[in-house]
Amino acid sequence: MENIPSPARAVQNAVEMRNITKTFGSVVANDKVCLMLRQGEILALLGENGSGKTTLMNMLSGIYLQDSGEILICNKPVTIRSPKDAYALGIGMIHQHFKLVDVLTAGENIVLGLQGKRTLNRREINQKVRQIAQKYGFEIDPTKKVYNMAVSEKQTVEIIKALYRGAETLILDEPTAVLTPQETTKLFDVLRMMKAHGKSIIIITHKLNEVMEISDRVAILRKGEYIATVETAATTQQDLTEMMVGRRVKLEIDRPACARGERKLHVTDLTCVSREGVTKLSGVNFDAFGGEILGVAGVAGSGQKELCEAITGLRPLAGGSILYRYQKDAMTIEENIAGMRADQIAHRGVSLAFVPEDRLGMGLVANMNIVDNVILRSYQENRGILINRKKYRPICEKMIKDLDIVTPGLTTPVRRLSGGNVQKVLLGREILSLPQVLLCAYPVRGLDIVSSYRIYSLLNAEKEKGNAVIFIGEDLDVLMDLCDRVMVLCGGQVSGIVDPRTCTKEEIGLMMTRVGDGREGERA
Amino acid sequence: MIHQEPFVRVVKRTAISKRKVMLFRLIALAGALLAGALLVALLGYDPIQMYSDMVSGALGNSLLAVNRKGVLAFSTSSQATLKIATLLLVTALGLTMAFKMRFWNIGGEGQILVGAISCSYIAIHYGEVWPQWLLLLVMFVVSCIGGGLYGLLPALFKARWGTNETLFTLMLNYIAIHFITYLQYQPTWQIPGTTFPKIRDFAASTRLPMVLGVHVGWIIALMLAVLVYLYFAKTKQGYEVSVVGESANTARYAGMNVSRIILRTMFISGAICGFAGFMQVSGADGSLTTDTASGAGFTSITVAWLSGMNPLLMIIYSIFIAILARGAGRIQTTMGIPKSAADMLIGIILFFMLGVEFFINYRLIFRAGRRGEEAKAI
Repeated sequence: MENIPSPARAVQNAVEMRNITKTFGSVVANDKVCLMLRQGEILALLGENGSGKTTLMNMLSGIYLQDSGEILICNKPVTIRSPKDAYALGIGMIHQHFKLVDVLTAGENIVLGLQGKRTLNRREINQKVRQIAQKYGFEIDPTKKVYNMAVSEKQTVEIIKALYRGAETLILDEPTAVLTPQETTKLFDVLRMMKAHGKSIIIITHKLNEVMEISDRVAILRKGEYIATVETAATTQQDLTEMMVGRRVKLEIDRPACARGERKLHVTDLTCVSREGVTKLSGVNFDAFGGEILGVAGVAGSGQKELCEAITGLRPLAGGSILYRYQKDAMTIEENIAGMRADQIAHRGVSLAFVPEDRLGMGLVANMNIVDNVILRSYQENRGILINRKKYRPICEKMIKDLDIVTPGLTTPVRRLSGGNVQKVLLGREILSLPQVLLCAYPVRGLDIVSSYRIYSLLNAEKEKGNAVIFIGEDLDVLMDLCDRVMVLCGGQVSGIVDPRTCTKEEIGLMMTRVGDGREGERA
Repeated sequence: MIHQEPFVRVVKRTAISKRKVMLFRLIALAGALLAGALLVALLGYDPIQMYSDMVSGALGNSLLAVNRKGVLAFSTSSQATLKIATLLLVTALGLTMAFKMRFWNIGGEGQILVGAISCSYIAIHYGEVWPQWLLLLVMFVVSCIGGGLYGLLPALFKARWGTNETLFTLMLNYIAIHFITYLQYQPTWQIPGTTFPKIRDFAASTRLPMVLGVHVGWIIALMLAVLVYLYFAKTKQGYEVSVVGESANTARYAGMNVSRIILRTMFISGAICGFAGFMQVSGADGSLTTDTASGAGFTSITVAWLSGMNPLLMIIYSIFIAILARGAGRIQTTMGIPKSAADMLIGIILFFMLGVEFFINYRLIFRAGRRGEEAKAI
């Protein structure tokens, strides 16, 4: 009798996952996880990075197949082998990284891969897309090409794509990570509208305030294990954090008061043009001072990456100057490093540290061990043709101890370490070089809460030493709590530098979209 | 709607012990010999006799013996094998320089030949004039420079314009081979007094001295293997090559001049291959022909990969491949096994030896097997 859905039942389960286990090599991504989604509710799937949220949802959307356990859709057991199977069962997933074809229009992307007629009736498709948009309150132009779209518009296309295919259950993987506060509010309105139309929604996130705002119930995962499902109304942020992390954590970020030091970096009129001729940075002016953390906010792809690479000599400049003040042989030198290549800057002995966004692809060598990675920036200092690894072993051992890096040993390739430990190796190495300016791009991306707080305290320690820290971030709450000033980028331009103590999140959100007509550059 | 799950799935291994790797390789070797035996048996030959013929053909009855002149030397069969192994080892070491940098140098053949052509020029034009020590020194230097420049060419194009080095180096091989054909008709190179397209033999003063019956190159090759090993393990340059190979982005970030490293490394890679060419003409052959490299530039790629880019393991694998090559020649004469079948045999053995890498990196999970696991878990 279980398998026959009875119309009399008030609440039906849209999805039920029972004892799902999935392993990748020796890593257990999901260990006997259970999840239940009721029809017409919004369920938040909460967990830290690496807790197995995305893996679990990928099994529901047909990207992976579980090792064991079963999935029931509307109380019927099913095997989902491909995204096509998932759509046939009414499940659509909106991935964190959009899967759209840039040169096609919104409408074309939406019907892409569907069994159609011999000819494509674009007018009919666009009509249907507009109907869906109207029903749920989206704003979309079906004839607009994807490469002309802002991130939020691309997300809208992805959601409509799922609805167009008749999805009754929608899964959104960290949908707010790429949105400004205003766009997030708009997205939540749409989600509530879909819920009112009877759709069931799972939203993956690790932001607690959003969980409280949008969800009916919260399911919590920790390190691949299922912890609990609770009613949102009956819980608090502090309780959720405890379930997510496994112990009590302090949620406030420190901002020690420091006297502003001397000007370390003076950037004027910095302009960068990509190889394709697209202007990535134009007329960027800012100063970085010792004893201060300068935050950089902006929608993804607003020129953050280019800014870092321009300052560190990894990207040719189209114009502007970068005055860098540093101590060398007890002398203070102020030098224009604009136009120098990274190797030329390194040869001058400029102590500029950079923690790049791509940790394993740029900051570290994934297949090398900790010692080989620590010598990366300073191996040239040794005289002669040989490399002196012995000298660095005690330095690395000390670093592992000081920063609580969890590693099987000095000879383990860094790719085997967890994200937090990888970042500690990278940041630890950069701090070892005694920099006067520390430039960090997304230093806590993908890190668990405990590791993130460790990174904040390391950055604060640099600030207290009188060094200048530049922190490029994506989470506005963190930027506003940690930084002394926040520079907002939009479309490669500075739309303002504000004091986060006196400024609201909404104001910064507006600045993120104001310059350049709200259109941001292409995603990197 | 309800599908069956797939029959077999491939899963990447995260860690595997060295002993297990060794075991897998031995199983692969056993499997290779068995499959080879099966092939030969199907063709109607005795597999045991074939394998023993291969070994005795490659190594002789005893490895070292006092020869007719009363001097201790390698047996005649093993001399030939050792010459092949030396050529393979040096070339593989040269290619490894590039491979460590993920620069796919398929042009070993061409670099050997250009090295050989460069020193042949000296040998033919000054062979009777200069003293032996000067000749060998100059021949050594020009072969390295010749091979090095031939390796530098694709690197220059790659660093400047991002051309594909695989195709580039491959095509350069054919240019080098056909340039030798051209030289065979040049009056200053051709055997005097004939129209036969053959380059004249070298004077005795241009030949490398012998050690235990084989030119001294085999000792140099062993030393070179140690040198290349130390280069990667201990020097700054070796470290730079590894970093560039892993990620050019990281190298640039670390303040390395990536283009310069690519150029420098490819010059060294080509120079070592060029040196192999010098050993071949001056040590093994005593003349320059279109067969001087005889495919060593390609076979060495196999040697380099089989040994996992480890220069010391390359010593073992180059000898192994040389034994296979010589043994395959031997069974054609002693047992009348056709060349095509002998080539198939080598192919089968190499297929197993390289194929096992898949099982070292991945494991398979069968549907039925998984049920068993589940049952165990429950």
